[in-house]
Amino acid sequence: MNIDSALQTFFAEADELLVSMESALLRMDEGEKTHDIINEVFRAAHTIKGSAGLFGLDDIVAFTHKVENVLDLARDGKIEMSGDLLSILLPCRDHIAHLVDNAVHNSEADAECIAKGEALIDSLSPWLGESEKPKVATRASAPVSASDNLKSERDLWHISVRLGPDLLRNGMDPLSIIRFLGTMGTITHIATITDHIPDAADFDPEQLYLGFEISFLSDAVQADIENAFMFVRDDSEIHIIPPRSNISAYIDLIKSLPEDTNRLGEILVKSHVITFDELTAALATQKAQAVAHEAVPLLGQIFIKEQDVAPELVTAALDKQKKNQERRTAPENRFIRVEADRLDKLINLIGELVVNRQRVDLLASKMGNTNLIEAITSMGNFTEQIRDAALTLRMVPMAETFQKFKRVVRDTAKELGKEIELDIEGADTELDRSMVEKLNDPLMHIVRNAMDHGIESVAVRQSRDKASAGTISLKARHDAGSIVIDISDDGGGLDLERIRKKAVTNGVIEEGAHLSRHELYQLIFHPGLSTAEHVTNLSGRGVGMDVVKRNISELQGSIEIDSEVGVGTQFTIRLPLTLAIIDGFHVGAGNIDFIVPQNTILECVDLGSLPHVQGQSCVNLRGEQIPYIRLQKLFALEELENSREKLVVVQFGDKRAGIVVDVLHGEIQTVVKPMGPIFQALKGIGGSSLLGTGAVALILDVQQLIGFAIDKEHSRNGALVSGVSGAQE
Amino acid sequence: MNTLNKQKKNVKNIVSKQFLTFRIGNENYGLELSQTREIIEYAGITQVPLMPNFLRGVINLRGEVVPVIDLAVRLGRKPIEVQRRTCIIVVELANNDQHHVLGLLADAVSEVIEMDDENIEDAPSFGANIRAEFIQGIAKQGEEFVVLLDANNALSIRELAHLVEAELQ
Repeated sequence: MNIDSALQTFFAEADELLVSMESALLRMDEGEKTHDIINEVFRAAHTIKGSAGLFGLDDIVAFTHKVENVLDLARDGKIEMSGDLLSILLPCRDHIAHLVDNAVHNSEADAECIAKGEALIDSLSPWLGESEKPKVATRASAPVSASDNLKSERDLWHISVRLGPDLLRNGMDPLSIIRFLGTMGTITHIATITDHIPDAADFDPEQLYLGFEISFLSDAVQADIENAFMFVRDDSEIHIIPPRSNISAYIDLIKSLPEDTNRLGEILVKSHVITFDELTAALATQKAQAVAHEAVPLLGQIFIKEQDVAPELVTAALDKQKKNQERRTAPENRFIRVEADRLDKLINLIGELVVNRQRVDLLASKMGNTNLIEAITSMGNFTEQIRDAALTLRMVPMAETFQKFKRVVRDTAKELGKEIELDIEGADTELDRSMVEKLNDPLMHIVRNAMDHGIESVAVRQSRDKASAGTISLKARHDAGSIVIDISDDGGGLDLERIRKKAVTNGVIEEGAHLSRHELYQLIFHPGLSTAEHVTNLSGRGVGMDVVKRNISELQGSIEIDSEVGVGTQFTIRLPLTLAIIDGFHVGAGNIDFIVPQNTILECVDLGSLPHVQGQSCVNLRGEQIPYIRLQKLFALEELENSREKLVVVQFGDKRAGIVVDVLHGEIQTVVKPMGPIFQALKGIGGSSLLGTGAVALILDVQQLIGFAIDKEHSRNGALVSGVSGAQE
Repeated sequence: MNTLNKQKKNVKNIVSKQFLTFRIGNENYGLELSQTREIIEYAGITQVPLMPNFLRGVINLRGEVVPVIDLAVRLGRKPIEVQRRTCIIVVELANNDQHHVLGLLADAVSEVIEMDDENIEDAPSFGANIRAEFIQGIAKQGEEFVVLLDANNALSIRELAHLVEAELQ
């Protein structure tokens, strides 16, 4: 058994438990104080404590034990889950998380951490003290005596005997063996295993069907005890476990015996060889390890056995344990934990497969063999399906991310003395995992901002005839190949005049500059422009809205703001679904290959065939004015002779624009390869990709590209409103 | 046996580094062999628009997209003209735990030389026409000098990225 992998399993499990503990505490805070939910918190703490004990993580055990005591009292209805108590339990949970984190990084708790733990225990003590004073003594002594007992009982030998069927015929008497054992020490507990006695019809009186589980207190050495069984050893199955053996020895024993696990477990517990907690904990870890080692059949065996109708004590408890697990993992019991690296490797490989497929396509169409082309087309369909299936592997629902904000909003609202509710929608919307991680910080910043500067204080809200509790809502949804996340509040809204003043003061814009609403809003993403009149310790912590914007841009996304003074503000983040593989449209401009993401393309038309709007880079497409940019001009590419320019009409958000290219090559599946840090400053190109020929093509980031074109035009004209941006408004 | 090992060790202490030498124009340069990964034939580069002169474009190196630097421009010389012997030296630089792979355009690759520390002279503080921090030292080979480059400085990703940014503004 590999301790390391088991420990990793524990960390992962502890993480999950801490998350469920937090969510349960928060639900209680919202008023849902059922017995079940208190139980859920208790079980989480209990399981963490138990598993941490197995790995000797003593500080986790010690601290969690205290928390568990309080929870236990609450569970028994002896103390009430008041808001005050919850306000201490939440930081307690954080402290456990911190301790687990320490263990993950194998670092010792520092003084600050220890002090914090002690402070938390102190603040818990009123709950432990008051209601339990008369019982404190018993409570305190009970576990101690139990563990004392445990110690002495662990000094017992455990002997497991399954006697051979022919012993009686051979003239041996099992009773005499047991009596002989009695001469070497004391038999403290003996259970006779009668499971193998057949029905009366099949019963052979000359045959021995019995087995024994014996707890034996003795100073004898193992060899002496073994000698007691000398004459029956060859025909029988005999296991002797010395005193103070590792718990796993008992579990191994249970598993190696043919009888029902629970029954054997019960006997062991009854004979005080192991405690019930140890048994369940050990079985649980065994399971975890089994999973880690992918020993699926073994696991199944244990499960099946557990489901048998089995004696009260152990089964009841095992059931409980199982239910815990089931409840905790109910929504994900059909999930497999896979290392992210393995998944990434698979997706990279599929990426290579996709690229190679293009190459095969290319060769096949050159050869012109119809059968071959047909076969390759059908293979291509499968490649596409494999790609899609693989990409969904990386998709995770937004729920986990949104969940975190419940806590943030609750704590922050308290800190600010405001009443704020969090409304979550579309938590099951899925997004690429790698993006979710990078989305956390920007979301956090926007939500904090909304709470700090957006939502007004209760007094102000009442004077404005608003509900005293403000609402922040997080909504996620899919929209045409991208994911859209709205973060809105019903607070004071953005004061455009104040933004303008601040921008002028900070020299971001010139006095009297003409800016559209949209452009004014975008100013808040400018570095060094914080609209808060005073900086609190919440927002203005160094990470500004410019970082939010940069993070979102790094994800090839965009962020828009809409706001109305007195009504509220809404941020809309738009992101591509995945960054790894995209459907693209291969075009050429100058002597460079470009790829336009397919999901942005509306149509492609001959530029020459369209009526132009006089004097502008703008065409009239069926009555709609479409401003366009020429890649060749924008990127200063070589000018091709006799080029029949094509217009690729693209849409992003609710805006349309055209990109003029020289050649249309066709659809292509492409693997996005990052361009590397050197090209960071290059706008409009989101990555690169390999073509079937092995050449490198550049992937256009349509939105950035248009933004870049507008910027360029601005700096050229000195004016702020260009054809493209005009059409956007 | 022991003494033999010791001797070997001593020898190693003196023979410090191996360098890959190459030509740019009529000058000889060297890069630490440990930083070079491979040498590939020049076979087309995909230009990246709006880039400064020293950044010639990107190549596909077995599935990896690698930027190609014109070392001549970086060292303040005339851009390299592609000829029959033009090649790309692929270097791998470690920088703050990150690995960067770059292709360097060179007129021709010469050989691998072994240089004792004592045969490497410090870079002259002036007169080399190259920024001093780009040079690790100067080695003498027969009648010719080899400029041993400090790849981490000459090809600092951060500086290259800044240059790109400046070009775009």
